[in-house]
Amino acid sequence: MTQFKTGSSLRPDVCVLGGGIVGLSVALGLQRNGLNVSIIDEGDTGLRASRGNFGLVWVQGKGDTLADYAKISRLSAQLWPQFAQELLTKTGINIELQQKGGLFLCLSDDELNQRKTMLTQMQKEANGDYPFEMLDLQQLRDFIPEAGPEVVGATYGPEDGHVNPLFLLRALTECFIKQGGKIHHSGKVCKLSKQGQTFRVETTTENYQCDQIVLAAGLGNKELAPQVGLHAPLTPNRGQVLICERVKPFLHYPTGHVRQTNEGTIQLGDSKEDVGFDTGTSTQVMATIAARASKMFPLLKNIRLIRAWGALRIMTPDGYPIYQASHTHQGAYLVTCHSGVTLGAFHHGPIADWIANDQQDFELEAFHAKRFAI
Amino acid sequence: MPNASPFNRLESNSNTWVTLYIEDQTIQVPAGDTVAAAILSAGLLPSRATPISNSQRAPYCLMGVCFECLVTIDGKENSQACMTQVQDGMRVSKQIQAPDLNAANTREVKHDK
Repeated sequence: MTQFKTGSSLRPDVCVLGGGIVGLSVALGLQRNGLNVSIIDEGDTGLRASRGNFGLVWVQGKGDTLADYAKISRLSAQLWPQFAQELLTKTGINIELQQKGGLFLCLSDDELNQRKTMLTQMQKEANGDYPFEMLDLQQLRDFIPEAGPEVVGATYGPEDGHVNPLFLLRALTECFIKQGGKIHHSGKVCKLSKQGQTFRVETTTENYQCDQIVLAAGLGNKELAPQVGLHAPLTPNRGQVLICERVKPFLHYPTGHVRQTNEGTIQLGDSKEDVGFDTGTSTQVMATIAARASKMFPLLKNIRLIRAWGALRIMTPDGYPIYQASHTHQGAYLVTCHSGVTLGAFHHGPIADWIANDQQDFELEAFHAKRFAI
Repeated sequence: MPNASPFNRLESNSNTWVTLYIEDQTIQVPAGDTVAAAILSAGLLPSRATPISNSQRAPYCLMGVCFECLVTIDGKENSQACMTQVQDGMRVSKQIQAPDLNAANTREVKHDK
């Protein structure tokens, strides 16, 4: 027989489904609002985008076809320093946030011109308030002297940055637990329902009751959303990441394809593949990533690779997030996106406040799933 | 501290010994040993320092996963000592700093067979 945890001391106000960067960021924001929060996390068989990502806090070019997405990406980047400081103060963990700008290197004139057109248009839509710079190779070398001769130029976004995503995940987790949050690794959530004012969350091994639920389960949201009157048409998109040996720091700005961590590790990435739920790697894609990185930075030609992995992005049809409250199951919220690191401070701030108070200080309409035909 | 190793070699049937040079020591070890084993028996501790905080390290997992045993072998920096077999005449030195790719643009990595 299933044991329901009905004692008031055990019953949280909110269950957040998903203990990745998105779920934890929202959960911390709910705690800040005085709520008692539990996280239901699938465990090590989950797809775990929070453990496979590239760690960028990235603004430039995001939201070229949706101004509201550009706005929340920038807002989040602006909120990040305070959030990072809070995590440091509460947990002692430095997530290595660095925001002195990021570079997107282009290997052809076409590519560079396309980015110029895109960023110029975004600047126009933002009434001029959208900082970026176009750099030719010589100007790029003021930032990174090691840029190779095949690089045509780059775009510089002064608001871009990066973090150590694993320290971030650890800091979020420790902070949540220190503040009294409970993380339950009790298997996949198989059923959501609402009886009266109470939500029931059933996993393969446990059941929970609460007043509100937040769906932050990444690709898992697709199955969960319809059970509480929400719609999450999500598909996986694989990115492969290569990790090189640690070398003396030379890359002092993150780029869209290559970055160097505080410890000296070089990380290469930015592939996009539609391969279903396969988190593996392929020689062809790894070779493409490595070849492009060595064109951008020829000194990487002889660096040793030490590991590689595939991880799945959580993509909506237009690539933008879904933030939505359920009408049929009041108290159920969907928070899903593929940029959980960039948007982390936004989720911890405005999104968590929205869920805690059911008040919208900002325009969420653009992120409603009704934009996708059902 | 040369020869202050806490490791004692067990008796073995190995007849073939090779000579290698670890920092300023000349040592003989059985063919088939790993460089990590040679480092431990030579007492070369620490064998490296971490790139940023200069924390001192030595061979640890001895099976290729922890990357604590990185040394320079025959001029090749960041080599995993535990995954490399000793060869006669090999020169091993501590990995005190992270390799500087700018300074070492001439370095050619021999791809492992």
